[in-house]
Amino acid sequence: MTDTLTPESNVTAVPAAPPAETRVMRLRNFWSDYRQSWVAIAALIVIVALVLGAFFAPFLVPQDPYDLAKLDWLDAFLPPGTEGSGGYAHVLGTDNAGRDMLSAIFYGLRTSFVIGISAGALALAVGITVGLTAAYFGGRIEALLMRIVDLQLSMPAILLALVMVAMLGQGIPQIIFALVVAQYAYFARTTHGAASVERRKDYIEAARSTPLPTWRVMFKHLLPNVLPPLIVVATVQVASAISLEATLSFLGVGLPLTEPSLGTLISNGFKYIHAGRYWLSIYPGIFLMITVVAINLVGDQVRNVLDPRNSR
Amino acid sequence: MTDPILRIENVSKRFTRMPGLAERLVGKVTGGGKPVVVHALSDVSLNVAPGEVVGIVGESGCGKSTLGRVVTGIYAPSDGRVTLHGKPIARERGGNIDKLTTQVQMIHQDPFASLNPRMKVGETLAEGPRHHCIIPAGEVRARMRELLEKVGLEGAYADRLPHQFSGGQRQRVAIARALAMEPDLLVLDEAVASLDVSIQAQVLNLFMDLRRDLGLTALFISHDLSVVRHVCDRVAIMYLGRLVELAPADQLYAEPKHPYTSALFASVPTVGTGRRVFEAIKGEIPSPINPPSGCAFHPRCPLAGPRCRVEVPRLTDAGPARTVACHLNDGGVGLQDAAA
Repeated sequence: MTDTLTPESNVTAVPAAPPAETRVMRLRNFWSDYRQSWVAIAALIVIVALVLGAFFAPFLVPQDPYDLAKLDWLDAFLPPGTEGSGGYAHVLGTDNAGRDMLSAIFYGLRTSFVIGISAGALALAVGITVGLTAAYFGGRIEALLMRIVDLQLSMPAILLALVMVAMLGQGIPQIIFALVVAQYAYFARTTHGAASVERRKDYIEAARSTPLPTWRVMFKHLLPNVLPPLIVVATVQVASAISLEATLSFLGVGLPLTEPSLGTLISNGFKYIHAGRYWLSIYPGIFLMITVVAINLVGDQVRNVLDPRNSR
Repeated sequence: MTDPILRIENVSKRFTRMPGLAERLVGKVTGGGKPVVVHALSDVSLNVAPGEVVGIVGESGCGKSTLGRVVTGIYAPSDGRVTLHGKPIARERGGNIDKLTTQVQMIHQDPFASLNPRMKVGETLAEGPRHHCIIPAGEVRARMRELLEKVGLEGAYADRLPHQFSGGQRQRVAIARALAMEPDLLVLDEAVASLDVSIQAQVLNLFMDLRRDLGLTALFISHDLSVVRHVCDRVAIMYLGRLVELAPADQLYAEPKHPYTSALFASVPTVGTGRRVFEAIKGEIPSPINPPSGCAFHPRCPLAGPRCRVEVPRLTDAGPARTVACHLNDGGVGLQDAAA
């Protein structure tokens, strides 16, 4: 055991040792597992296309639906495919103010994504902090925090979001705040579950007894080991934030028609559905459905890949 | 003997489990629902001199790991004091433990649980020294490579994750992590128990080499008597949270004085004469929630007399540098009931 372990002689032994696993390799493994399902690949492509479409909407769609000066009353209620005064075909028709529905949908998607992703990310941050704190400190802190979380989980998220929006008023920041309040509990519960298991392991005790400061043990040692289940919850919660926002807007407490999200568009068109102007509601609805389903499908596949029982 | 580096003075550790709300409510009716107290350590005293390796031996559940954790500052003692260089190791504040020193480090039993699976081992090693400025920032990387080589690994392994190592290699990493803090005292909690026998020997040899080179002081917690004999200068035998015998290793192995120590030796399987005779100690280790009266070992002791059932034996001198807690050693009063 003595001379084989000197650094010089080990230089020759290095090739025999397994190569260090890099982040790139882990990502590559993840991808090769992920692509096993063609449905998940299709869903991923759909999401990427929708996000890109929403992000570059100003360059892709014929009209800026927010610019009231560009809207023409004469173009109102044109059925899908009709050419309007702008000299181009309204592929998905126009609404009661002469807005091109395709343009409005992509601008609406943009709002929906901004709200869904930022609400999801903030709820994740808040939920992680609450869940980790509860699991790390235990005792009364844990009891208090987790009872609040349980209380919240026992109520429908939409009800809580409605109350919050009623208190805060309309607008994108208010909606995001309401969604975070409604959704952080899911993250807190998931984090708490995973973290209470990891908390008892020796590496946490080793880090604590070094000693390292509490925040460092929590966020450098505990957090990285509870992330995989959170990634899954995060994707699902983004989808759920988008549909919650759409619901709020549909109920008329979300965003005003001047900055429409998909929910606002559906709600606006709903008034005319009995007049046979189906395209005002149906198309935003289809886009909303595709978005939410695609995100959920991706989330399912991510869960399958990260599930240790399915690992190779 | 030089001044001890570590003093454990009359340390007791009790764990209390408070009943939940529901249990308390049920308890109102049935009379149960009271707090459950486990006496993990009772009145343990032990000094460790610089450069000395002291073995702590006992069956599972005897409190040896608790003692290790009290010394490492993971638990605070319920009673008594633990001091390193005369200063307390940890203090309790509002239910949380603040560890006050970096000079005691622990090596855990299971190297598969004691390393953060998502942290490169180089980072695991460097984290503590960097945070406590033990090594100048510019030298950390070089020192970590040096340390990995010192424990018989390659410096280039610093960029790997724990799952790329075998159990023996991981335990080497755990030893390197403890050494990185340049501790004055190491606590090895069953540090080789979960390794294969051949790997055990390698890790033990590493420990002996390091001990020789660095002059390590250590508490070596183990249930394996042959390993302890190989490694330790003095050995403390524990039973149900109490120290029952403390003696230099060679003397203890030559002539055990406590009936429990003799029984432990009799239960060790040995290779040699062909026919293996080993006696298991009869009975189960009693519950530390409800320890027996008098000497805790009396229900299982072949020599127990009436006095053992009522009076707790104290640690008394039994020759140079030896102490035993047994009425047999009590200046001739013997095992009869002292009152009778």
